[in-house]
Amino acid sequence: MGFSFDIAHLLAGLMVLTSLLLLYQDRIGALLNVLRLHGLVLALALAWQAHLQSASDLFLAATIALVVKALVIPGALERLVERLAIHRLIETVGGIGPTMLGGIALVALSLRVMLPITAAADAVSRQDIALALSVVLIGLLIMVTRRNAVGQVAGFLSLDNGIDLAAGGARGMPLVVELSVAVSVLIAFIVIGIFLFRIRERFDTVDLAALEEFRGERR
Amino acid sequence: MIALGALIAVLAVPLGGAALLALLADYRLTARLNILFSLVAFLFSLSFLFRRPPPGPLFMIDDLNVVFIVLNTFVGFTTSLFSAGYIGHELETGRLTPATLRFYHAMYQLMLFGMNLALVAANIGVMWAAVELATLSTVMMVGIYRTHEAIEAAWKYFILGSVGIALALFGTILVYLAARPVVGEGNAGMIWTVLLAHARGFDPALLDTAFVFLLLGYGTKVGLVPMHAWLPDAHAEGPTPISAVLSGLLLNVALYALLRFKILLAACPGAIAPGPLMVALGLVSALLAAFMLYRRRDIKRLFAYSSIEQMGIIVFAFGMAGPLGNLAGLLQMAMHSLTKSAIFFSVGHVAQAKGTQRMEEMGGLTESHPLLGWTLVAGVVAIAGLPPFGIFTSEFLVVSSSFARVPLLAAAVVLALLVAFGALFVRLGGIAFGPVRGEVGPVRASSFPIFAHLLLVLAAGLWLPPPLISWFRHAAALLG
Repeated sequence: MGFSFDIAHLLAGLMVLTSLLLLYQDRIGALLNVLRLHGLVLALALAWQAHLQSASDLFLAATIALVVKALVIPGALERLVERLAIHRLIETVGGIGPTMLGGIALVALSLRVMLPITAAADAVSRQDIALALSVVLIGLLIMVTRRNAVGQVAGFLSLDNGIDLAAGGARGMPLVVELSVAVSVLIAFIVIGIFLFRIRERFDTVDLAALEEFRGERR
Repeated sequence: MIALGALIAVLAVPLGGAALLALLADYRLTARLNILFSLVAFLFSLSFLFRRPPPGPLFMIDDLNVVFIVLNTFVGFTTSLFSAGYIGHELETGRLTPATLRFYHAMYQLMLFGMNLALVAANIGVMWAAVELATLSTVMMVGIYRTHEAIEAAWKYFILGSVGIALALFGTILVYLAARPVVGEGNAGMIWTVLLAHARGFDPALLDTAFVFLLLGYGTKVGLVPMHAWLPDAHAEGPTPISAVLSGLLLNVALYALLRFKILLAACPGAIAPGPLMVALGLVSALLAAFMLYRRRDIKRLFAYSSIEQMGIIVFAFGMAGPLGNLAGLLQMAMHSLTKSAIFFSVGHVAQAKGTQRMEEMGGLTESHPLLGWTLVAGVVAIAGLPPFGIFTSEFLVVSSSFARVPLLAAAVVLALLVAFGALFVRLGGIAFGPVRGEVGPVRASSFPIFAHLLLVLAAGLWLPPPLISWFRHAAALLG
C-alpha cells in the first residue's frame, strides 16, 4: 500500500518539477519538448491512479492525455512554429532567478493551503490535489511571464494538465469531466491555432508586443 | 412528459440550428432561420412558466433558473432580429462577407445552446463545460472582423476567459472532493440537488477554498474588477449583436453559476459566508468602473464599462443577501439585461449611420436620426437609474435594503451610482443633443427589439404584476 502511494506522489511531484522546468525555458524548441514531457508524466500519473482506484475510465483519460497532450498538441505547435518561421527565442518578463523563486513560493503556498484543509480526504487525493494546485499556479506564472503567444499557450496547457491531475486524483470523479477537459483543450487548441495564423497574417509576428500597439484602451 | 419535451427542445433547437446554419450558404435565408430558431426556443422556454419537468440527474428547472432561461431565450430572440438588420449594413460596407456570415449564424446558435445548457444543467461538471462552450463560441465571434483590434480583443478575451474557466474547473473538482466523503463516489457528487441536500456534512474548509476558485473563475466571466480587462475590448471590437448578448446574457450565465455555489455554501454551517467577498468585489467593480466611464472615447466601450458597473451592483446586492437584497439583485439583473441590450441595439445602428464608434464624431443624434436618438436617450435614462424605468426600482431596493443594515456600504453604492450617472449624461449630452456632427448616413433600424425591451423595462418600473413579484420573491428565498 505504502509503495503504491509513493509512486503516485513521485509522479505528481515529477509534474511539479517539469512545470518548474517549463518556467525557465527561453527557446521554443526546448519549451515544446518539456511540454511533451509534462504531458507524458501526466499520462503516467493518470494511469497509475487508474490502477490504484481500479477505474477503467481513468485509463481512457490517461490515453487521451498521452495522445493529445504529449503528442498531438506539442507536435502541432512545433509544425506551426516551423511553418510560420517564428523567432526561436521567447522574450520573458523578469529574469530567470526571480521567476524560479516565484515558482518555488507558489509550490510552498499551495502545500500550505491545501494540506491542512484536505486532512479529512484520503492520503492520495490529499497530496495529489496540493501538488496539482502548484502545477496550476505555475502554469499561471508561465503565462504571465511570456510575451510570446506560443509561450502563453504552453503555459495554459501546463495549467490544464494540472487540473487533469487534480481530477484524476479525486477518487471516483465522473468521466464527464475528463472528457470535457480533453475535448475543450482540443477545441481551445484549434481556436488558438486559428488565432496564431491570423496574428501572423496580420502582423508578421506572433510576439504579443506587436498586438499591444493596437489595444484600444485609449479610445 | 410535455415539460420534459419542452426542455429537450430548448436545447435541441439551437444545437440542431447551429448544425443546419453551418451547412446553408445563403445569408438571407440563414438570417431568417436564425430568427426562427431563436423564436422557437423562446416559445418552448415560456412553457416552463406553467409546467416544469421534475428535477433529474441531467437537467433541473427551479424557481431560480427559470428567470434566467426565459430572459436568455427572449434576449436571444430579439437580438437575432436586430442582427438580421445589422448584418445587411455590414455586408454592404464589406466588413463581413457571406462566408463569414454563415459561420457567424452557426456560432450564434451554438452560443445560445451553450448558455441554455449551462442554465438547465443539474450537474456542475456539465454546467462548467457549457459555460466553456459559450465562451469559445463568443471568442470566435469577437474576432470575426479580423481587424488588428478585433484579433487583439479576441486573444485577450480568450486567454483571460480560459484562465478563468480553468480556475472554475479546479473549484468544481474541490466541491466534488468535499462532497465525496458524504455522498459517495461517482455522479452523485456533482448533482445540485444531491449536493444541496447533503451540504450540511461537507468539510467547510474545503468548500471555502473551492468557493475562492469559483469566485475568481466565474467572476472573470462576470466581469468583476480586477479580472475585467477582457470585457471592454470584447464588447467594442466584435459585432454589436454580440456585444448585446455578451452584456445581456453571458455575464448573467456566469453570475448564475456563482449564485448556485453561493447557495451551496450557505447550506453548510461551518463554511465562510460568501456574502462579504461578493460585497467587496461588487463594490470595487462598481466604483472603479463608474470612475472609468469618464475617460471613454468609444461609445461601445462606454457602455461596456457601464456593464461592469451594473454587474458590480448586482453582485453587491446578492452579497448583501437577505430577502430584499436577493430580490433587488434578481430584478436588477433582469432589468440590466433588457436595458443594456436595447442600448447596444441603438448604438449598433448609430455606429453604422455615423461610420465610427468615436463619440467626438457624433452629435445631435436626436435631430439627425430622431428615432435612434430618442431611443438611445431613453435607454441611457433607464440605465442611469432614473424613474419611471425598472432599474430605478431595483437600484432603490438595493440602496434601501443595504442602508437598513450597513449605512456606510449603502453610501458607497450611492456614490458609484451618482458618479456613473454623471458620466453617462455628460457623454449623452454630446451625442444626442447640440449641433449635428459627423456623417449622417441613412439607417434601416429594426426598431421592434429596442421598443420591446424598453417597454418591458418601463412597464416593470411602473407596475410589477403580483404573480411576477411572488415569483421573484420565491427565487430570492431560494438564494437564502
